[in-house]
Amino acid sequence: MNWYGLYTLFGKEVWRFVKVGVQTILTPVITVLLYLLVFGSVLEEHVQVYPGISYIAFLVPGLIMMSVIQNAFSNSSSSLFQSKMTGSIVFMLLPPLSSGEFYLAFVGASVVRGLLVGLGVWVAALLFVTLPIYSFSILLIFAILGSGVLGALGVIASVWADKWDHISAFQNFAILPLTFLSGVFYRIENLPEFWEQLSYYNPFFYMIDGFRYGFFGISEVDVSISLMIVSVFFVVVSLICLWLLHIGYKIRN
Amino acid sequence: MLAAVNISQLHKQFGNLHAVSGLDFEIPKGSFFGLLGPNGAGKSTLINIMAGLVRASSGSVSIMGYDVRHNWRQARQSLGVVPQELVVDPFFTVSEMLRLQAGYFGCKSSAWIEELLDILNLTDKANTNLHELSGGMKRRVLIAQALVHKPDVVVLDEPTAGVDVELRQVLWKFIKQLHQNGHTIVLTTHYLEEAEALCDKLAIIDNGKLVALDTKTALLARASDRFLCLNLNNSDISHLPHLIKSKVESFIDNQLVLRLDKAQDEIGSILESLLAVNIRFSDLHIKEASLEDVFISLTGKEKA
Repeated sequence: MNWYGLYTLFGKEVWRFVKVGVQTILTPVITVLLYLLVFGSVLEEHVQVYPGISYIAFLVPGLIMMSVIQNAFSNSSSSLFQSKMTGSIVFMLLPPLSSGEFYLAFVGASVVRGLLVGLGVWVAALLFVTLPIYSFSILLIFAILGSGVLGALGVIASVWADKWDHISAFQNFAILPLTFLSGVFYRIENLPEFWEQLSYYNPFFYMIDGFRYGFFGISEVDVSISLMIVSVFFVVVSLICLWLLHIGYKIRN
Repeated sequence: MLAAVNISQLHKQFGNLHAVSGLDFEIPKGSFFGLLGPNGAGKSTLINIMAGLVRASSGSVSIMGYDVRHNWRQARQSLGVVPQELVVDPFFTVSEMLRLQAGYFGCKSSAWIEELLDILNLTDKANTNLHELSGGMKRRVLIAQALVHKPDVVVLDEPTAGVDVELRQVLWKFIKQLHQNGHTIVLTTHYLEEAEALCDKLAIIDNGKLVALDTKTALLARASDRFLCLNLNNSDISHLPHLIKSKVESFIDNQLVLRLDKAQDEIGSILESLLAVNIRFSDLHIKEASLEDVFISLTGKEKA
């Protein structure tokens, strides 16, 4: 195991997004504040999703998790794909770094960015609402697993993509709809039967629902089921990612 | 003696294209080895297989005794590659990039990086962002990046392509110094005079196959021709003997160049034939065949 190489690559990936922190951390936080202003203010008086929990309090955990996973995806996909396009990926392929070390560095950095953005959104949301914390460890587990899944998906997308259009398509036609249809803004129980049933096949729903459980101690499905589904999803996506890196799909050819 | 690079029955196919077809040779440890061939000959594919950037369809390559597939960590640790393209990561400065590159190889010492910056005249640019550098400076950074882990074997893929004469001299001096320090150098270049000046052993590849592998001296000796250059006193060569007409390589500004067969054509007889038809000259010299002539005769193509 090349521990120092792994540490360096991980550090480089974190350093890269910190260098452009306004774009990678501050901008997503501001975006979520706008969501809160618009949706929270308009719907606060009209919608109560869970008894005793205001709509804005319900909304914030979903928005935090949405920011966490979207930014985790952006981190690995944009960094790796840019390296692929400029050719600077060669500097990471020539050293003695295994596919596992490569995976850990990129996904690890994505998790760090996801958590930092999530923390930023949480702090910014204090302007609107102070959330209770039912279980910090549950919050952390779902945030890490969610950002890990999306970090690995970002690696897969960037390895597969041949142009920025492909990354954009992956983000806009897969990640974004799955995120918006995962119960960030509503309880899926309130959806028509067909859409409700369909939502149970969306793994992002379990990330949001489990994360929200960490704040309120209530969720739409049992949190242990959510944890199991998200964990299995994480393992499956990671194995696909590791396999693509191992065979050098579109990067060692 | 252990070979620095051992290439054995190597094949690589991209669909129907056989980019490398049964290459089988060694690069001796401590040699200054030239890898030549026309565009598309398979040089870059071979280098990419050595570096682990491309996987061979069959056969094997080992670097300092380490197989690039089975002992890939040691093989990559033993190899430094200067890529042909001027590739940079625009997020970092020169110094940051070199420290990162060293870190990927598990190297923590910064003394060698400082030394590299100094040797390659990059100290003034250490804190400059990579995308702000000129082409020549980027080339120096690429060389420094390939050397951060002090590899035994250094591959330079067209290192002087597109650089000015001054920088070319600096790079030549630096590469020679690396060789004197014990590194095995593998050089691909479009400039055959560069290979002739620097390399002690050469391989010529064409269509993925090895067409020649020899020392520079032996390879140059393969040339069957030499050139007789005469500065004529007048520009009329219409009455050249028929036998000599067939040997004219060029006639420009009164300089007549004849291509002579080393084994068959005697220079004395040629000169006598010219004098016999009253063709006078003020000067003459003989030019031996260059590596380029050998290259063209082996590959039938104009440039490496």
